[in-house]
Amino acid sequence: MSDMWTTKLRNKWQKNLPIEKLLPDDQPAYVASWIYVFGVLTLSALGVIIFSGIILAFEGPAWYHTSGAGKFVNSLHFWSVQLFFVFMVIHLWGKFWMAAWRGNRLATWVTGAVAFIASIATAFTGYLVQTNFDSQWISFEAKDGFNSVGVGAWFTVTNLGQMLLLHVAFLPLILGAITVVHVLMVRKRGVVPPIDAEPISLSEAKR
Amino acid sequence: MTGWISDFMNHPATYLKSGWFQISVTNLVVIVLMLIIFALAVLIPFPKDHKESKK
Repeated sequence: MSDMWTTKLRNKWQKNLPIEKLLPDDQPAYVASWIYVFGVLTLSALGVIIFSGIILAFEGPAWYHTSGAGKFVNSLHFWSVQLFFVFMVIHLWGKFWMAAWRGNRLATWVTGAVAFIASIATAFTGYLVQTNFDSQWISFEAKDGFNSVGVGAWFTVTNLGQMLLLHVAFLPLILGAITVVHVLMVRKRGVVPPIDAEPISLSEAKR
Repeated sequence: MTGWISDFMNHPATYLKSGWFQISVTNLVVIVLMLIIFALAVLIPFPKDHKESKK
């Protein structure tokens, strides 16, 4: 029975990420700082992006180009992406200057960096599938860039079908998976302390 | 698009250029705003828990 893969996986999960770490009720005292808010703000913006994106996918371009509600949800999707990147870059700056890869957190840092790159690809394909003159302009400018590095035949930015499938299916799945792994890594290792911080919890600090 | 926003957006972006370096004023404004938000997030104290601060 102990040889079953489910048992091995469960034991490994319980050892590395027990439920107390996965859903904590206390955080270190240094987390009470605005710079620590930007990770969760990024996640919140991602939530709005996914929600508004699902509505756009169901209703389609004819709806979001013409109706008032459609234009609103289209703008909601666009502006939540702008906020997503603002929050993510400030989160990145904060983590860079506190050397967030310390304390065996290299995988957390790397998954965050990969999520950033995946976000750029997802946003780029989003700009290409707006189905307006803006997306037409961007794709015709971008094709020369992609052709110049030799990937134009494989990643055809003027192919709306390919860009749409990458934007609504492939890239969100990749980004979603990396984000989940990144958050689980943060839960496993804990939030990185400021350099030279005392390791006391928030509840201890309030006593 | 009509009104002031149309007038505001219906022209090419203004660029700042110094040698090889070139940036649109819009992008520069966004980067400066992000730097300001970053500085404020580091400097402004986080509000204390209301119930805890009463103790």
